[in-house]
Amino acid sequence: MTTTSDTTRTAEGNTPYVPEDGLLLEVEDLYVEFHTHDGVATAINGVSFDLHQGESLAILGESGSGKSVTAQAIMGILDMPPAVIPQGHIRYCGQDLLSMPSEQRRKTRGPEVSMIFQDALSSLNPVFPVGWQIAEMFRTHRGVNKSDALEQSISLMERVSIPAARERVKAYPHQFSGGMRQRIMIAMAIALDPAVLIADEPTTALDVTVQAQIMGLLQELQEERQMGLILITHDLGVVADVADRIAVMYAGRLVEKGDVHELYGGPSHPYTRGLLESIPRLDQKGQTLSAIGGLPPNLMHIPAGCPFNPRCRMAQDVCRQDRPELREIAPGRFSACHFAEEVIDA
Amino acid sequence: MTEQAIVEAPSDHPSDDAGEVGEERSLASDAWAAMRRNPMFWISATMIAIFLLMAIWPSLFTNTSPTEAVLSESRALPGDGTWCGRDIQGYDIYARCIYGARASILVGVLCTTGTVLIGGIIGVMSGYSGGWGDAVLSRIGDVFFAIPLLLGAIIFLVSLPDFFNDNYFLIVLKVVLALVILGWPSLARLMRSSVIQVKPNDYVQAARALGASPGRIVRSHVLPNSLAPIIVVATINLGAYIAAEATLSFLGIGLQPPAISWGIDISSAIVGLRTTPHMLFFPSLFLSLAVLAFIMLGDVVRDALDPKNR
Repeated sequence: MTTTSDTTRTAEGNTPYVPEDGLLLEVEDLYVEFHTHDGVATAINGVSFDLHQGESLAILGESGSGKSVTAQAIMGILDMPPAVIPQGHIRYCGQDLLSMPSEQRRKTRGPEVSMIFQDALSSLNPVFPVGWQIAEMFRTHRGVNKSDALEQSISLMERVSIPAARERVKAYPHQFSGGMRQRIMIAMAIALDPAVLIADEPTTALDVTVQAQIMGLLQELQEERQMGLILITHDLGVVADVADRIAVMYAGRLVEKGDVHELYGGPSHPYTRGLLESIPRLDQKGQTLSAIGGLPPNLMHIPAGCPFNPRCRMAQDVCRQDRPELREIAPGRFSACHFAEEVIDA
Repeated sequence: MTEQAIVEAPSDHPSDDAGEVGEERSLASDAWAAMRRNPMFWISATMIAIFLLMAIWPSLFTNTSPTEAVLSESRALPGDGTWCGRDIQGYDIYARCIYGARASILVGVLCTTGTVLIGGIIGVMSGYSGGWGDAVLSRIGDVFFAIPLLLGAIIFLVSLPDFFNDNYFLIVLKVVLALVILGWPSLARLMRSSVIQVKPNDYVQAARALGASPGRIVRSHVLPNSLAPIIVVATINLGAYIAAEATLSFLGIGLQPPAISWGIDISSAIVGLRTTPHMLFFPSLFLSLAVLAFIMLGDVVRDALDPKNR
């Protein structure tokens, strides 16, 4: 199980998906709306980003900022209705996933694009042994016979560092701890050597030491297989170690995008700055923690102008009228703030 | 619960022998392994086996004909040359109980199978599809649900062509049909609510995200997790169907003499309830034991399907 995604791809020789210049995933001007009885909630508002082979992109944001919806839209597991994608493109290796027939798209899930969920406790089917569930990936997608599939599951379980994998392959999900269950979920997600792996808050339900192990494992697997990793999280600490680039989401929009070190060193959007300042630090013991006041906007009534303006310390008249577009303020740095340059220097 | 894993671990040595681990571990085989260890399973299975034998070869259990009337001994108490006494027609009650098993078990088992199949399939379809498909199927179910059992069965059984009175199995079949047609909506509702409860679970979402087809999601993720309530209710209903068959027979529209069933005997025993209760007691005892056996089996199966109970 040390093959990279590339070798597996050519070895099989039947995949129509070959990345061009390492570009795996391209999300362009994506909109997602939820049509509910109370009105239309715009969960994603023109989000664009791309992902290359071997790259980790972190999507950062509060609850309700649209990061999980972005992931579900890429995977194609949004419930439609109520969700509607009025415009935008999601291209995987140059092919538009949104216009693909649903059966063809389903077959990309698993071998091409795969996903890990937040709560491993509930992401595993309680009535089947874990080995059976991993083996199912091989059996249904590759037609491997039962005993071979089980052998492959055992080596995968060993790969994700589950002790005594051979004995535990027949155990049920409830017989594992949270961290072990998340490892099994990871094993299932990487079973078919996907080129893109989306991890939706993979460590939220785990305690801190286990979080670090799981993030370490993800990073290791990503480097080993040269996967493109999209890490969705609200945990700034998790991001710093793993991600190459960061995209910050607010109210369904990208407000800032850039290299992880530059972004941490000098945020160019007041929201990112607020997020970074709200991390408790030991040397500030006794002082009031600087938090962003207010709540994220109701997605049915996103304020005019900059969506962040009611909570922004620097908001001025222009922020209440003109919606700032995401613009390149330095090579590879994007910000959606009228005063990005001032924020960065502040 | 982890004892099982620990106990089992030494049995498959962590060797390189692939064959040992390659043994099939499906839901059914695991459930079977769990059932085998449960004494309740053996008790209920033995009882059911005896009732089935009774239904297939009643002559194994008695030499007396159930239609041999000794009118001079009408309502004789147990012990006077018979094990269970005689009923008002002078029939041997023990022989009638033995011969009655066939019709009662047939009605009970066929009604249960029919309602579980129809109700289960419609319930899964409406629960999983949601939207207007669900609305249509649920309303159709409501229409049948709204018909009172007796009224519906009377109309149905009376309006069937005479062809159905030709032979024994057709007579049983028409009673089964009536009960299935009027009985499936309750199981469909139960299955639908159970599926709706399972559907939003993360493992169903995860299966979608990992490329499982809709058929596979229903087969391996939705169904196994939503079956437990329907199994329990279906086994309890089995007794209710046998009782309903008795009610219909009592009203003269279900099974008719010379057909023999526990239901017919129970209803004909009502005339001597105070003076000769043994006429009621023995057929009721057989009915209760049969229902008990199936309910016990249902419980065992439900427990076996839930890994947390192992």
